[in-house]
Amino acid sequence: MTPMVDLFSLLLTFFMLTATIRPQEPAPVDIPLSISEKTAPDKDYMTVVLSKDDRVFFTVDNGDTSQHFRAKLLMAMGKHYNVPFTQEEVENFEKNPGSFGVSMSNMKKYLDADNPKERQALQTGMPIDSTDDQLAMWILYTRQINPDVQTCIKGDGDATFPLVKKVLDILQDKNVNRFNLITNLEKVEVKENAQ
Amino acid sequence: MAEIVQEEKQEGGKKKPKKHSVNIDMTPMVDLMCLLITFFMLTTAFSKSKVMEIVLPEKLTKNVDPPKIAESRTLNIILGPHDKVYWYPGKADPRKLPLPILQETDYSDKGIRQILLERNQALFRKIDQFKSDVLTGKIEIPRDSVQSAIRKLKKEDDTGPIVLIKASKEARYANVVDIIDEMSICGIARYALVDINYVEVGMLKSATQGQTAATPVPTK
Repeated sequence: MTPMVDLFSLLLTFFMLTATIRPQEPAPVDIPLSISEKTAPDKDYMTVVLSKDDRVFFTVDNGDTSQHFRAKLLMAMGKHYNVPFTQEEVENFEKNPGSFGVSMSNMKKYLDADNPKERQALQTGMPIDSTDDQLAMWILYTRQINPDVQTCIKGDGDATFPLVKKVLDILQDKNVNRFNLITNLEKVEVKENAQ
Repeated sequence: MAEIVQEEKQEGGKKKPKKHSVNIDMTPMVDLMCLLITFFMLTTAFSKSKVMEIVLPEKLTKNVDPPKIAESRTLNIILGPHDKVYWYPGKADPRKLPLPILQETDYSDKGIRQILLERNQALFRKIDQFKSDVLTGKIEIPRDSVQSAIRKLKKEDDTGPIVLIKASKEARYANVVDIIDEMSICGIARYALVDINYVEVGMLKSATQGQTAATPVPTK
């Protein structure tokens, strides 16, 4: 019995240490396949999520939280849109690394909400119209606060191209020209059979 | 054995706390551990998601002309609705009639890949040869510089097609990823995501309409 318990505790420790907690996504995203073997960055990246029903979400992950990038970002956005945030709300924003698709007018309500259902109802997608382009502002301030940030796009396979184009245009307007499209690995063998 | 020793000591009159051989029932602990292990095994995502890197050219300011490319090497790929791909070589110029005919194909390995491979034969073979040479040890090269060597091969190439990828409004995000993926599978050196123009929209429209008009004629 003892060796078995030993082995079990080892395995348990291993799995507990390697487990990464995945933040909950507000919408299910079925990402497409590619042959690319480059792994996704694990720090200093912002992700634009495009869901199946053409909503846009945004998130920033800076890896270490010691520099409070997320807090600074929210403060900057609050200043720009004249939405004062309390200390508690800022902390709340820092603690939840998942992506959000909330317009700034609802941001306060979103951060104050205490049950996930209420939050989910406010996830209507980031406004990206040219009259109220909040995604652009998020991108602008993220890049100002952390210049090393990389851009990832995590799109559902069924997202329509005009939306993708719109998001790419917004990014390019903010001088982001290098993107990482998040995909799943698919092995492909290519044999040339022209002869 | 241990018990006998203990007894002897007690008989000897020395007072020592009695040693129990303690038996803890470990079964519940093992049960719990099993459950926890299963939980962590199932929730851990081992494979980190991968990324496909694309770099788009900077947006041109109005005063700068877009770069000129050779018409003979151009291959236009239009991503149509319902997971169909249309392609034509050269350039569609409304002043030069007739317009090139759109060929329809799909994203499978028998579809667009064959067309791309056929056009990119020389470069694809060069890269393939290089890779197998590295594998068999004919070329001695440090492993980290393989990718940059392939990149150099691609840069030097001047026979392969220049692929212009144009997505129609009905295309899906997966189509775009698929076609860029296809570029790296076939080792295409030069490709770009370009906006679709009105001539091509018209061509695509007539191609899809012609197809729907042609299909529902069952011969009995």
